[in-house]
Order: sequence, then C-alpha cells, then structure tokens
Amino acid sequence: MAKQAIKLSLLSGAAALSLSATPFAADAPAPALISGASARMLSETCAGCHGTDGASGGPATPSIGGVNGEYFIELMKGYKNDEVYGTIMNRIAKGYSDEEISLMGTFFAGKKFKPAKQKIDEGLVKTGLKLHDKYCEKCHSEGGKILEEEEYYILAGQWTPYLKNAVDDFREGRREIPKKMKNNLDKLVKKEGDAGLDALYAYYASEQ
Amino acid sequence: MKMNRRDFVKAAGAATAVGLVGFPHIALAEAKKVVVVGGGTGGGTAAKYIKRLDSSIDVTIVEPNPEYYTCYFSNEVIGGERDLDSIKVGYDGLKGHGIHFVQDSATGIDGDKKVVKTAGGQELPFDRCIVAPGVELMYEKVDGYSEEASHELPHAWKAGPQTTLLRKQLEEMKDGGTFVIVAPPNPFRCPPGPYERASLVANYMKHHKPKSKVLILDAKQKFSKQGLFTQAWEKFYGYGTPESMIEWRPAPDGKVVRVDVGSKTLVYGELEEEMKADVINIIPPQRAGTVAQVSNLVDDSGWCPVNQKTFESKQVPGVHVIGDACIAGKMPKSGYAANSQGKVCAAAVVAMLNEGEVGVPSYVNTCYSIPAPGWGISVAAVYKLGADGNIVGVKGAGGLTPMDAPDWAHKREVEYAYSWYKNIVDDIFM
Repeated sequence: MAKQAIKLSLLSGAAALSLSATPFAADAPAPALISGASARMLSETCAGCHGTDGASGGPATPSIGGVNGEYFIELMKGYKNDEVYGTIMNRIAKGYSDEEISLMGTFFAGKKFKPAKQKIDEGLVKTGLKLHDKYCEKCHSEGGKILEEEEYYILAGQWTPYLKNAVDDFREGRREIPKKMKNNLDKLVKKEGDAGLDALYAYYASEQ
Repeated sequence: MKMNRRDFVKAAGAATAVGLVGFPHIALAEAKKVVVVGGGTGGGTAAKYIKRLDSSIDVTIVEPNPEYYTCYFSNEVIGGERDLDSIKVGYDGLKGHGIHFVQDSATGIDGDKKVVKTAGGQELPFDRCIVAPGVELMYEKVDGYSEEASHELPHAWKAGPQTTLLRKQLEEMKDGGTFVIVAPPNPFRCPPGPYERASLVANYMKHHKPKSKVLILDAKQKFSKQGLFTQAWEKFYGYGTPESMIEWRPAPDGKVVRVDVGSKTLVYGELEEEMKADVINIIPPQRAGTVAQVSNLVDDSGWCPVNQKTFESKQVPGVHVIGDACIAGKMPKSGYAANSQGKVCAAAVVAMLNEGEVGVPSYVNTCYSIPAPGWGISVAAVYKLGADGNIVGVKGAGGLTPMDAPDWAHKREVEYAYSWYKNIVDDIFM
C-alpha cells in the first residue's frame, strides 16, 4: 500500500481560516462553519474516551497515543467512509475533514504510548509468544510494538477487549483483512482454536 | 534571545513530534491569575488544561465540597449496580498539577473589581475568571416542592447524599410499589438522565420487586434517545404490554401541577388527577447555578449567554462561563460537553492572558446511556463554530446508535461507556 507523507506544512497552529459552506434544505443558507483548528485543539476532544494524550485507561477504548500516524489516518478514513465497522467511530470520524484527520494523526503519533495495565493469565503468555512468532511476527514485527522506520500496528500493551473486538471485526468481514493476515488467522484458529487467540492476547497484554 | 509571545502561542498550538511545548516561565512582575468557580466537570477540566498549556498561570479552584461525585453513572448507584464510592473522586490529582483549592462557596463574581467573593469572607482576585457552577434546581417551580422537601422526595440530580437517599428509598419500597420520576422541561442537565434512571430502576425491580412499576410524569412530549429507550423498554421491561414495568406519560397529561410532600400525593394533567406513590423522584426545572444568577451572568432565560468561541460572558467581560450553566449553541448540557468546553475555554483564556491569538475551536459530545445491563446506546456529535457565532453540529456526522444494531454491538457500547467513564474522570481530575 502506498504510503503518504504527512503534510507537515499543515502543522502550524495558526492555520489559515477556511470557511466551508454547509448547504441546508431551508430558505436561508446555514452559516458557514469555521475550520482551521490546531492539531492539539482537534485531538484533545478525544480524551474523554481515549484518555488524556491518547493514553486510555480502558477497558475497551484503545490507547491511541503513540499510534502510527499513517495507520491512524487510514483507519479514521475507513470509519469516515464506512469501510471499517465501528459502534461510534463512524459517526465521529465523519465530523472531520481529511486535513483535520491528518493533523490528529500527527498529534497522536507524537504522544507516548502507555501500555495498558491488565490482569493476564501468566500461563498463556509463553504459548502466546510462540503463536505470535509463528503466525503474526512477519507483519507485526517485534511482537507488535512501535517500530522506527515502517508502518506498525500496536498490539503489545493494547487493551485486550479492543484487540478482541478488532479481530472479531476482521474475521466477520466488518473490516477489510489483508489476505496474508486472513490466512494466518485462519490457520491459527484451525489449529489452536479460540484458545490460541486467548494466548495471543495474554502475550500482548504482558508486553509492557 | 527574546521570544515573541505571539510566536509561542502559535508554537504551542502546533503538533510537533517532540510533543507539546508549554509556555516558558518568564520571570515577570506577577503570574497571571485565573480563578475557577466550581470544581466539577467543567471547572476541573478548565483548570487542568490551563496548567497543561501554561504552568506559569496561577490557577485556583473555589469549591465547597472536599470531593466530587459524578452525576454520570449515578443512575447505576440508584439501580444498585455500583456503590456511591465508585463515583467519588478526590482533588489530589488536580492539586498535583499545581492548582490551588479554596474550599468555600463562591457567593458572587465582581467583574469590575475582578474578584470572586466567598461565603467565608474571602475576595479572590483574578485576571480572568471561569465560572462552572452547574445548575440551580428551581424547587418552587413545582408547587409544593422545596429544598427542604428534597430530603423526603429526592431529586438526586446532584450526585452524593441525594443519590444514596433515593437508592435507599427504592430498596425500602415494598414489592408492588410505584416509583415516580417527575421529568423536567427543557433545557436541563443531562437530557437522557431521567430515562436511563427509569430503565435502571425498572431493571432493579425486575430482579427484586417484580410487581412494582416506574411511572414517568413528563413536562415534555419527547425526550433524548427516545426511539432507542423505547426499543430497550420493549425488549427488557415489557413496554407496550399490560405488564409493562415502565409507563411514560407526556405533557399535558403528564405535567405535574402540584405535590403534597407529607402524603406523597401528585396532582397532574389538565384534569388535575391525583395519585399517591411510594417513591417520588422530582427533577425540578433548572437554570444556571446560583452564583451566576447573582453575578449578572444570566439573561432572561436563566442561562448564561457567552461568546461561543472563548466562552467569555457577553455581559461581564473577563468572566467566562462553561458547562451546564452556559448557552453553547447546539451542545447539550452533558458531562462530555462541559469537558469539551473546558478545554476550548482554557485555550482561549491562556491565549488572552498571553496576548496571543485565540485559535479556532473544536468541540465534541459523546453521551452513553445504559438502559439495561449489557445494553448500551449512544449519541455523538462533532461541533464547529458557525460564522454567526453559534456552535453547530457538523452535518453528516454524529447521530444515534442505529435502531437495528445487533446485540453484540449494544454490549460493546457498554464496554465503551465504562471506558468513557474511566477516561473522562481521569482527564478531568488526574
């Protein structure tokens, strides 16, 4: 998938005021809405569900502080276009322009990722690591941690209920699953059952 | 090299890979002072977010209570799923940000002298003041009701001892009893609140007092998330059948005319019908918190008109009003809205104190309700400021949980409601 450079030029806090008309099916046209909020202003509205600076206290809304910027943008656009299932995120993502989403992506990418403190089944962690290495490591390098030079998807230290919901969505076709991921996920579940997934979750949760 | 303050405002607004740069502590005459009236959802947020942006600003919260009980999730206490302690939060977190606390009641804000007066006789000077007083309950608008009477017929519309009282009354109610909720006219704090309360009381009754009923006597003819609540009531509480545990009576039939506290009698409707009930929860009509009333911050509506970009009062310069008390365009009177406004206001106040440019605002509201255990519903909106100065929802965005959402989606909404609760409380108070 082609990677897009984040438009760093848009990061200035004093972004140009742009008025976007919102047509209305009434006699008088509705007043134009004022765009141009800074990345910080846009992003701090998310803390109510995702935690201050995107460090979620859980149990189910994911931590987005430290997220890969490009992945964030991809996912938010996916919510916005109803290509990715969400219970509430679609309704929210539609409130933002692509430009605003880019700004938020850069904001959260610049925040520190705080691994979730969760109770885990220690007995499953070793198995989880083995299964990760066998089925997931190729694309989720280094145990699904933050990577320096490439697109990454945080699994290590992410909230388990969130990962569970995401995997459910992938398996049920509520969001697009890369072919390789589908093959590996299918193989894993076929061989290990849902217990295999539980082991994976335990491993990811154990990574601090 | 002398750093231009204006440039710093721009820099602070930009997202950089190194994270946020606050204002430097430039040694000047005296630190700018902000006094925040009210240590609740709006006030706590504003105070903390000012400190995050510019820790050199001296911030004081005036709050009479030593701890805060969140109204949100208090319905779960009334319904019996959690205890009061679980919705209690202390002020150590905010103190840790260097925020000072004056444990006292603000009795008035003098915009000319630029002081906040307290019941204890203090006069707290400010450069800018943020008032987040919540709502005042207009007891006397319900004939026969009063603050004193609320010790017998609770409102439980400010969480804490009132919540415990109402819960206790429900626990002590006989099986087969009637629990009446008198729902107020618009606008009031927490639009879906009375209906979530009815739901969770019905849930408690279903399991513990199955012959009992909840009756909502409403001053209105429709309510927040009505379609979704009705759907849940049909699914869980027999709504629409003769055995329904919940009855909703809209105005004019459901409008309460008078209450007799002693005999627990309600008079309602155009024909002035009478009924006795076992537990009566009166949620009176509301207006902006008392301190706003006496400080010339309100208009004829009883609520505070503000510049919706900065939340500065249109009537008293230098004084800002946020949360339930203010008129914020299309934003509802919700906890999330107060939290959202607190951040916008904080950014504006910091910019104004540093003589910088006030940036373009952005606002959000997300509101979860839990009509039954494991069954959550939500409403969301993203807002912008219109060119006419009013806050409006971005078209095509926001909205309600779909009516055809599957069961597992409703279950997720509960998980997200709990996540919202954890995160917003930490965002405000930690």
